Amino acid sequence: MGLTTNSEIVVRTTAEGAAGRAPLLRIQNVAKSFGKNVVLRDISLDVAEGEFLTILGESGSGKTTLLRIIAGFETASAGELWMGEERLDRQPPYRRRVNTVFQSYALFPHLTVEQNVAYGLRVAKRPEAEIVSRVGEALEKVKMSAHAKSKPSRISGGQQQRIALARALVNRPRLLLLDEPLSALDANLRRQMQVELKSLQREVGISFIFVTHDQEEAMVMSDRIALLRSGELEQVATPREIYGRPATAYAAQFIGHTNLLKGEVRGGVVRCGLLTWPAALPDGPALFSLRPENIRLAAGNVATAGRVRVRGTVRHQAFHGATELIRVECGDGMMLVVRTPGSGGPLDAVELEFSPTDAGLVRESPERI
Amino acid sequence: MELLVSDAKLVSGSRWLFVHSAAVFAFLYLPIAVLILYSFNGEGVGGFPPHHLTLDWYRTLFADRPIWDSVLNSLEVAFAAMVISLTFGVPAALALDRAQFPGKTLFRRLVLLPLILPGIITGLSLLMLFNVMGTKLSLMTIVLGHGTALISVATTEVFAGLQKLDRAQEEASLDLGANYWQTFWRITVPNLKLPIIGAALLIFTLSMDEIAVSFFLIGRDNTLPLEIWGRLRRGITPEINAVSTIIFVFSLVAIVFWYRLRVRGESAAEGGTR
Repeated sequence: MGLTTNSEIVVRTTAEGAAGRAPLLRIQNVAKSFGKNVVLRDISLDVAEGEFLTILGESGSGKTTLLRIIAGFETASAGELWMGEERLDRQPPYRRRVNTVFQSYALFPHLTVEQNVAYGLRVAKRPEAEIVSRVGEALEKVKMSAHAKSKPSRISGGQQQRIALARALVNRPRLLLLDEPLSALDANLRRQMQVELKSLQREVGISFIFVTHDQEEAMVMSDRIALLRSGELEQVATPREIYGRPATAYAAQFIGHTNLLKGEVRGGVVRCGLLTWPAALPDGPALFSLRPENIRLAAGNVATAGRVRVRGTVRHQAFHGATELIRVECGDGMMLVVRTPGSGGPLDAVELEFSPTDAGLVRESPERI
Repeated sequence: MELLVSDAKLVSGSRWLFVHSAAVFAFLYLPIAVLILYSFNGEGVGGFPPHHLTLDWYRTLFADRPIWDSVLNSLEVAFAAMVISLTFGVPAALALDRAQFPGKTLFRRLVLLPLILPGIITGLSLLMLFNVMGTKLSLMTIVLGHGTALISVATTEVFAGLQKLDRAQEEASLDLGANYWQTFWRITVPNLKLPIIGAALLIFTLSMDEIAVSFFLIGRDNTLPLEIWGRLRRGITPEINAVSTIIFVFSLVAIVFWYRLRVRGESAAEGGTR
């Protein structure tokens, strides 16, 4: 019992280490534009030692550009990168103790699997005996020893992915960058690799910066998620935090499903269509995010104390196996999406209930290009 | 019924197609067949059908010093031209593919211009240049002529190869600690092997049978095409057929070699992207 508590604490410190210890990588006010096209605006972000950080964003959000700036393939238009006392952005890519797993894997087609993995060590002129043992170890770690002598064109996509990983990790970088490495794999293999990648990261203890557009992947794997939108950081937080307390309407919608409620606060009471609940907020318009699973179908006619209750008509029901998504119209054209554990059949008129504490205040996300 | 009609049409259509393609192939290859056949003809180049098949013309050929001198000259010129055009053409292709500089479009046009410039113009202008410089015409001037005129071939071939190259591979190399120079030699060049060999073979062949530019720049030593051309004026002999046959066989071997190399390379590259 004591052990369990201990390990929980350990996990929490690695996740929250960003605030405490000196960060491994410090990204300060980085901006990037290609001509008139602004791709990144004023990005500041710290990555802790041993942290698994995911940069999450839609295509065109600038996430790959940010990764390429860290790797050194692009130069930031403004801002600085620091790795400890070292100014990273002034170094060419081959001097940075950062390695990358490319989206296309970018294995060298004219070299065997083994030679691919050995490439970094060969270039660094390590002694041959050391190269052989480290390459062997790396291949062992990704379970690819049997294919050491194959050419990359002879192995499957999933296997190429492992080689790309081994080729990067064998150099013992301080930071590993992964550019949507799982996007080319089919769904099953993808889930399997998510688990493997995560446990590999724990094992080697190297900081990972993982780029993806898949919010589920980000939630499953990350210690922290940096949500990027149109070149700006929307929110940086742990998966639980970002899901439970999204800072903006965009974050709430991008990560999981949500109901966005546009309301008006007056005299400590929120009024939102037919719904009202007390809240200690200044007067004025306000936007709330209410997760579908935080609304429940209520029985009986009396509202549970402290809960908001509303009556509505079911417009659509979608069965998802373990849960069911129900779209309920609650008068005034307000539509609420409710997630329930199995309703037991078609529904018509329902009573809904939620706790006001679950309706989180979010910032409006202004339109950007 | 209708089906039968259309079937019959199809058959007659495909028969015509067959005749047509046979005619085209005959037009392309009959001259070569005649050339080879008559190199074995005892009666010289006249008379049909050829009879008294003999290897005499090959014997005469092997005893013919001037022809072999010209073959040797041509090989030397072709090799030197190949080295020159690759030395300048490969960097030009690299510059076109990755460098951004003012006047790049002009640069590209200037590099590629000799490709469409008539050989007579190139030859004449080089001749005038060498005259002005007071350079004595020799094999060296031909080498310079071929080498410069064929830079465009090297550039186009290698540029096409560079366009197909996955740039992420070079980034991966830099990422793994190799500097730009190491990356070029360890990653870029091995991946450009096929286009470079292809360009080399093409330049070699083009130089071997080049006649227009050589004609203006020739000194005392003949190249093979000029030697053949000179002899033709004195009347055709099957000895020419014999030397042409030998060249044809060598070209065929080179083409087959190149083709197999390319097929192998392409299947590997395809597998790599999957």
